[in-house]
Amino acid sequence: MQRILVGIKRVVDYNVRIRVKPDGTGVVTDGVKMSVNPFDEIALEEALRIKERGAAEEVVVASVGPADCQQQLRTALAMGADRALHVQTDASIEPLVAARVLLKLVEREQPFLVLLGKQAIDNDNGQTGQMLAGLWNRPQATFASKLQLDGGKAQVTREVDAGLETIEIDLPAVVTVDLRLNEPRYVKLPDIMKAKKKPLETLDLATLGVEAREQLKAVRFEAPPQRQKGIRVKDPAELLAALKQKGLL
Amino acid sequence: MSHSILILAEHSQNQLSVGTAKCVACAAGIPDAQITIAVCAADAGAVAAQAAQLHGVSKVLVIEHAAHAHPLAALIAPQIAALAAPYSHVLGPSSTFGKDVMPRIAALLDSPQISDIMAVESATRFRRPIYASNALVTVEVAAGTKVIGTVRTASFQPAALGGSAAVEKVSPSVELPNHTRFVSVSSSKSDRPDLQTAAKVVSGGRGLGSADAFKILYSLADKIGAAVGASRAAVDAGYAPNELQVGQTGKIIAPELYMAVGISGAIQHLTGIKDARTIVAINKDPEAPIFEVADIGLVADLFQAVPELEKLITG
Repeated sequence: MQRILVGIKRVVDYNVRIRVKPDGTGVVTDGVKMSVNPFDEIALEEALRIKERGAAEEVVVASVGPADCQQQLRTALAMGADRALHVQTDASIEPLVAARVLLKLVEREQPFLVLLGKQAIDNDNGQTGQMLAGLWNRPQATFASKLQLDGGKAQVTREVDAGLETIEIDLPAVVTVDLRLNEPRYVKLPDIMKAKKKPLETLDLATLGVEAREQLKAVRFEAPPQRQKGIRVKDPAELLAALKQKGLL
Repeated sequence: MSHSILILAEHSQNQLSVGTAKCVACAAGIPDAQITIAVCAADAGAVAAQAAQLHGVSKVLVIEHAAHAHPLAALIAPQIAALAAPYSHVLGPSSTFGKDVMPRIAALLDSPQISDIMAVESATRFRRPIYASNALVTVEVAAGTKVIGTVRTASFQPAALGGSAAVEKVSPSVELPNHTRFVSVSSSKSDRPDLQTAAKVVSGGRGLGSADAFKILYSLADKIGAAVGASRAAVDAGYAPNELQVGQTGKIIAPELYMAVGISGAIQHLTGIKDARTIVAINKDPEAPIFEVADIGLVADLFQAVPELEKLITG
């Protein structure tokens, strides 16, 4: 079956104002709104569009994390994914471990395409997709803003520092998506009801044979330094004077 | 104990990037650093010579291959991984180039990566931003763990010149895959300073309202020798090309002067300008969050204020 695998991460919603715990052991996540990582929504939307135009038969979503991740997987099913895989663990999952888990799921599901967000907006690591591609020894196309499938190949336009780069990759491959690839659809209420009946399979790390190795220890969290409060000027002439005073113009 | 650090050079085939010099500065913060730069290129001569001049670099490794005319992570990663055995750290800039290739290198080496290193506390302890720079975390790896890292270039000054490292050609015995092929790259050419390294940046947001209106920013920028940037909203709306985007998912910059024009100041945008020396905000909405971080704020209609400012500068 022509299948696409999409990674879904549960993250603090992008609208939440992040606060560091006073004791420096983490950021406050209790009672905070959680969502699907916005880049993963874009990845899922792309997979759904590919399926809707007949270039794929099934969209499978996968998440690694605690029991609560099922909320985000249900959201993904409501958006239109066909089934979900939840690799349940309470361990802290580093990108290399997430990539190893995804590799196991790739071996199981045999997708022709893996779509992931280019980064998760919590840890901002931006590593998992490239690591998966490296472990899998398959092509990677990161920061995708356009994706065209052509038989066993894909042309991907990437948002790079210089502008837009296009590469051609053989499939199967890993594509990580950027903001302007598409605009994800809104979930409708009837779809939420339907999603409750879609298959969601729970797996664990031991069954997959992946160890939750922790190589990176977070020793301290802190708030970033605040900028000094600035001044207001009343017109461009005052602005120019202020800039000249600072030696900037 | 000395630490051997390998830095993967970023370059345009004839020019080494400033980001690479900043990686050298980051590496120099690791105790007893022995720094080597690896240059993957089709013809590495000029870039290798520039890398050899960076202060603190003891060796430059040149990996020449016709396939390196355009950098592709799938080709570079196995070659760097093959060279990495003697090194305790492998670093690259946190540019789209480094972000693409470094995690692939890390996976091939079965090593963890620390992204966006902003400060070095020791050979095993590094600080980095998370949550769009709304929190900073200090990360520690066990001694003896090979560390792969991307360097947040806005946090470091480029290493000085004056070095004279030995240049050595190497050819790792790695079969290069042909599953990934470069097709083309397009960028809007301009004679303005590079956004990533410019001392001054004039940046526009949704408030500009059209691509045409960006002309008043280009005009002001040219008058003061500034680069032009844009918010995500402006790029999404098609007012400016993607390579001008500043913010969490665009470029992270640290100019002397950043002028935010018609930019409301979403946290994702502020992430990209936290290290700017002076932030100026021009916005007609006095409640815009950009004013909370601006050193100098002007509440005004940008369509009047910007041309007037330019006229005053002209004198």
